[in-house]
Amino acid sequence: MDRRALWLFGGVALLYILTGLWLSWSVSLNILIIGILSAIMALGVNMQWGFAGLFSTGIVGSVALGGLAVVFVSGAPVPEGFGAQGPGVFFLSAGWQLILGLVAGVAVIAISVQVWRRMAAGRNRGLVVGLILVAGFFLYRAILDPAVTAIESYNPAAYGNIGGFGLGSIWAWPVGALFAAIVAWAIGKIALGLREDYLAIATLGIAEIIISVIKSEDWAARGVKNFINLPRPWPVPYEVELQKSQAFLEFCDRWGLSPVTTSTITVQLVLIAVFTLVLAVALVLLQRAIHSPWGRMMHAIRDNEVAAAAMGKDVKRQHLIIFVLGSALIGLTGAMYVSMIGQLVPGEFSPLRFTFLIWIMVIVGGSGNNWGAVLGGLLVGWLWLIVDNAGPLVAQALTAGLADGPLKTHLIDVAPQMRLLTLGVALLLVLRFSPRGLIPEK
Amino acid sequence: MDILNAIVALLNFVVIPAASYGAQLAVGALGVTLIFSILRFSNFAWGDTMAFGTMVVILFTWWFQSMGLNFGPLPTALLALPFGIAVTAILLLGTDRVVYRFYRRQRAKPIILVIVSAGVMFVMNGLVRLVIGTEEQVFADGARFLISAGDFKEWTGLSEGLAIKSTTAITIVTALITMVALFWFLRNTRTGKSMRAFSDNEDLALLSGINPERVVQVTWIIAAALATIAGTLYGLDKSFRPFVYYQLLLPIFAAAVVGGLGSPLGAVAGGFIVAFSEVFLTYAWKKVLAYVLPADMAPQGLVQLLSTDYKFAVSFTILIIVLLFMPNGLFNRGR
Repeated sequence: MDRRALWLFGGVALLYILTGLWLSWSVSLNILIIGILSAIMALGVNMQWGFAGLFSTGIVGSVALGGLAVVFVSGAPVPEGFGAQGPGVFFLSAGWQLILGLVAGVAVIAISVQVWRRMAAGRNRGLVVGLILVAGFFLYRAILDPAVTAIESYNPAAYGNIGGFGLGSIWAWPVGALFAAIVAWAIGKIALGLREDYLAIATLGIAEIIISVIKSEDWAARGVKNFINLPRPWPVPYEVELQKSQAFLEFCDRWGLSPVTTSTITVQLVLIAVFTLVLAVALVLLQRAIHSPWGRMMHAIRDNEVAAAAMGKDVKRQHLIIFVLGSALIGLTGAMYVSMIGQLVPGEFSPLRFTFLIWIMVIVGGSGNNWGAVLGGLLVGWLWLIVDNAGPLVAQALTAGLADGPLKTHLIDVAPQMRLLTLGVALLLVLRFSPRGLIPEK
Repeated sequence: MDILNAIVALLNFVVIPAASYGAQLAVGALGVTLIFSILRFSNFAWGDTMAFGTMVVILFTWWFQSMGLNFGPLPTALLALPFGIAVTAILLLGTDRVVYRFYRRQRAKPIILVIVSAGVMFVMNGLVRLVIGTEEQVFADGARFLISAGDFKEWTGLSEGLAIKSTTAITIVTALITMVALFWFLRNTRTGKSMRAFSDNEDLALLSGINPERVVQVTWIIAAALATIAGTLYGLDKSFRPFVYYQLLLPIFAAAVVGGLGSPLGAVAGGFIVAFSEVFLTYAWKKVLAYVLPADMAPQGLVQLLSTDYKFAVSFTILIIVLLFMPNGLFNRGR
């Protein structure tokens, strides 16, 4: 890091300190937690865009898949749901039959791909593959539908889902990364190697679909009924338990602190420590990666694909690898986020918040520079969230001179929308006047 | 009789809704494809451009309504449409002057323009929500039905009704007029010809003395018209919500890609392909099948291939199939 970057990081630290002094430390630390998470996501996007020049608009999909992993790994087991029987359930139990159905679905696609590759081109090939797909779709629905009905009919008010393994939610983090990686592999196989806008369009679609699957497949994560009571990841304590602990109360007593506030701040500090550790590991690995021969190859591919291909580099394969790795890192962050807030709320995953905002972080911070992505995450994350906390106050202050009436109500109501406008303008200004970002790539 | 009932049910619940949705998508996709062929990037701000145009139309509609102005049985929004187009054109020309022109002169890579358009999307998105809020707005007025289900049953004695909403008729007629006018313009006018030349081969077009800035400006004005018309028709038919318009981006892109980005005819075909597939796959076929099949074979379930929550999945699947097998689209011109 050079002097300029140090100054910038110092400035961002100052923003967080000032927030702590003026608003409250708890608000400031909360924003910092989200800032760190955003910074990790920004690192993932930076891998795809900064290292490889791939523009993906499906970040929110990776985040949601990571969140879904937490439900499967750490959600409470629902043996009644998994073991449900019902009309049409023929294979062991509803849960097993559902898994069988999903496997059948994947198998149909795999078989069609194989048949397509093995058969000679012509009308017959299209017909056969088409038939396999249509028959496969009905087979898949025939296996899946009764199982889903059986699972969802068990106590839908409280469960209605297949249940998870009830493991510690820290185990869900790598699983979240894996989920996101698998989907990224499939989409990369299809859309990489075509015109570059096609990746952007295809990922936009896959993200919408992932979100609508999570919203409407109640058996997985209870859909829009939300999945609550997910456990916090190991070492993060619960405030209530801290307040009951003798040692903690004594500690508060000795220093004359309020146990309630102190327990909140302790939890936040532990979260920050854990997340910072993940961020640091990711950052170190990525820094080593870009200075390795592989990093130089990626750089060469990004700057001139034709030349790199002429040197014998398999451009499409390398694009696929980095696209999958970047998505995995974002999936990991999604799992971290959901395990932190302890619930999966599908409505929360909006593309503006989780795709385009992360993009703005990367571009403002400095595409292609890992430190830039981290800075962008911390800075833009702060800007985005401070509006939540300070925005209404500012809106009140600005409209104080107006008489009460519909106009004033409207202005105060729409004040939160100002941040979309502001961030859009910020993005356009950075792209125009400082396209290399705050900490440019060397 | 049963066959007739089945046909009427099919028309009422599948063909007519799909045709009107398809017409809306086709007009939207024409704009995407036009911008792609002249400016050479996929415009992510398109959904929000449509939202902006529709918002202006709604504001003018409210103003006209407050003055007691109306269009008889037709919705007032049609009167407001030209004003909406004009304001949107000014916005788009302004955006081009302030934002896009810089990158065009630099000859920036298309992907940079895509990212820039995402920035523009944010700004327009914020602008629309700032002015009109995030809530749903219903602005259709005038006659509700051209033919109502009850009247139809009375005339024909069938047990199935066929309802044609006036907004459906307006959508199809307006979309047809728009498409014919656009194709006529591209084919027969001097400016249209220069646009096609520019899209086919930019360098050759420049050599033959075509003014690129003028071509770009005309493109934006036509795009503004298409966005506003598509958005207003969709809003009249369903309702206006900024978030829904952002989501329309996906079926519209799918339509444009299916037909082949850059091909106007393809965009129209793509719009209808996407719309018909969406409606076909998410419609519960029970009713129609019950008329056609003998009583003992009548289906138990809804016979719905996909739940309506997955209508995006349909456009996406079509998109994937096209990308896999015909990356240049159905109507490609060898790009």
